[in-house]
Amino acid sequence: MIMLDHVTMRYPTVTALDDVSFRVREGEFVFIVGSSGSGKTTLIKLLLQEIKPTVGEIVVDGMEYSRMKKNEIPMLRRKIGVVFQNFRLLKDRTVFENVAFAQQVIEKTQKEIRRQVPATLTMVGLADKYKQYPRELSGGEQQRVALARAIVNEPKIILADEPTGNLDPKKSLESMRLLEEINRRGTTVLVVTHDREIVNLMQKRVIVLKKGRLISDMEKGGYLDED
Amino acid sequence: MKISTLGYSIRQGLKNIRRNLLFSLASIGTIVACIFLFGVFYAIVQNVELTVRSIEDSLTVSVFFDEGLTDEQILKIGEELQTIPNIASIEYISADKAWEAYVQEMYHGDMEYVNSVFGDDNPLQNSSSFELTFRNIGEQAETVDQVKNISGVRKVNSSDTVANSVSSLNRLVGYASISVILILLLVSLFLISNTITIGISVRKEEIAIMKLIGATDLFVRAPFLIEGMLLGLVGSILPLFGLYFLYNAVTKYLMGHFLIVENMIRFAPAGEVFARLVPISILFGVGVGFLGSFVTTHKHLRV
Ligand SMILES: Nc1ncnc2c1ncn2[C@@H]1O[C@H](COP(=O)(O)OP(=O)(O)OP(=O)(O)O)[C@@H](O)[C@H]1O
Ligand SMILES: [Mg+2]
Repeated sequence: MIMLDHVTMRYPTVTALDDVSFRVREGEFVFIVGSSGSGKTTLIKLLLQEIKPTVGEIVVDGMEYSRMKKNEIPMLRRKIGVVFQNFRLLKDRTVFENVAFAQQVIEKTQKEIRRQVPATLTMVGLADKYKQYPRELSGGEQQRVALARAIVNEPKIILADEPTGNLDPKKSLESMRLLEEINRRGTTVLVVTHDREIVNLMQKRVIVLKKGRLISDMEKGGYLDED
Repeated sequence: MKISTLGYSIRQGLKNIRRNLLFSLASIGTIVACIFLFGVFYAIVQNVELTVRSIEDSLTVSVFFDEGLTDEQILKIGEELQTIPNIASIEYISADKAWEAYVQEMYHGDMEYVNSVFGDDNPLQNSSSFELTFRNIGEQAETVDQVKNISGVRKVNSSDTVANSVSSLNRLVGYASISVILILLLVSLFLISNTITIGISVRKEEIAIMKLIGATDLFVRAPFLIEGMLLGLVGSILPLFGLYFLYNAVTKYLMGHFLIVENMIRFAPAGEVFARLVPISILFGVGVGFLGSFVTTHKHLRV
């Protein structure tokens, strides 16, 4: 489903990813871990084609990035649901509107929106907060709104870039269970996380990045101490 | 694009205008000025042209022949005249007809008196002629030269240069209006572009997210394109109302106050002028709005 082939991403000052290769099969659940600045968000940006790799090829669901035309990019992105690291919710819109936004921009009808948004909000446990604005929500709740926005269009792949620390551990586990449930229904899930406990608990595949290099890739792994 | 998307884009476009009212109004203002001037010049040019055309229609040039030409030779001259593109119509005036017209004009058709003086003679025996009208009065001089070169032609009496100078004045008005309109056009484009740029920067984060979750280029741009076209539409409709009242008032005033004007110049009816001015202006305004936002969104919203 996802393939990186010798991908290097160099910014003018740093090499954010250095010759990274791995594959993720359809329906897999993978954690990406690594300390701050190790290139995790860069990886997500590459998968979304927000940036292009300096070297290397990426293939997602059969689409080769180097050969893709500009007008195919939206179609690629519709296969991928993303939870951004800082959520990127729209401040001037309610919970409902934020989730509906994901459907509006891919031209779903009002009918579909009225059906799918409440169902998705119920799934993430925010049915009673649909009228609230992001600033009125806790960090964990905001994250679940972002998750609802990512899954509402039923993408084939979910990429979740978890924020560093600050989330209530119990709440984190809840949303992780949610991702697991979505994964069980067949969606490929990639989660960037710093939560050692959760990684150890879930026993999933773990890819470890360090200073842009892939230093470990284990099935049913635990959180690796890099140092 | 779906209908629901069009509705969404229009709502967003209107929202953009409301959020950025000052710049939107400035954009509309310049388009109003642009279309207003365009309308004024258009009306002037239309009316002057109408006058020129009526002068052209009534302006005839007579072609006289060498003495003693046979009918066949005169016919041949007629055929040659027909090959000159600028000649609109050719009418043969026989000597008798010329005499009749002369009598009518000089003696008010008093045949008794005329007969008593001239008897059955026609003093204008050699005055049969062709009367020509021209398509384009501006090229009168060249055409007259061409006619003079035809063998058998003795004299061409071309008339004054009124029409000539009227049509060159018209051209001058045309050029002046085009340059003023071009300048205003650039100002309009600049202001629309600025308005759209502000709209984009206000919604920068929203647009970035939209793109990352799979919005197409067109979907992202549509609200701004519609915003531009709406500015152009409002900016062209407003001055049209003003122009309509102004046109009626000015023509009525001129007709009432200047008798000469009434005799010399014909005014095109407002309905006729505006039947063309309205669609041209709206197309022009909407087109400018579209162009301004098209270029701006192309520059700022690349995927
Ligand atoms: N747009 C950019 N321009 C230049 N350098 C960048 C840019 N984005 C990221 N970097 C650099 O690339 C490296 C990897 O950044 P990245 O955001 O991928 O880290 P991360 O693993 O997501 O870190 P964190 O856990 O703090 O989110 C860092 O050194 C960062 O400073
Ligand atoms: Mg990051």
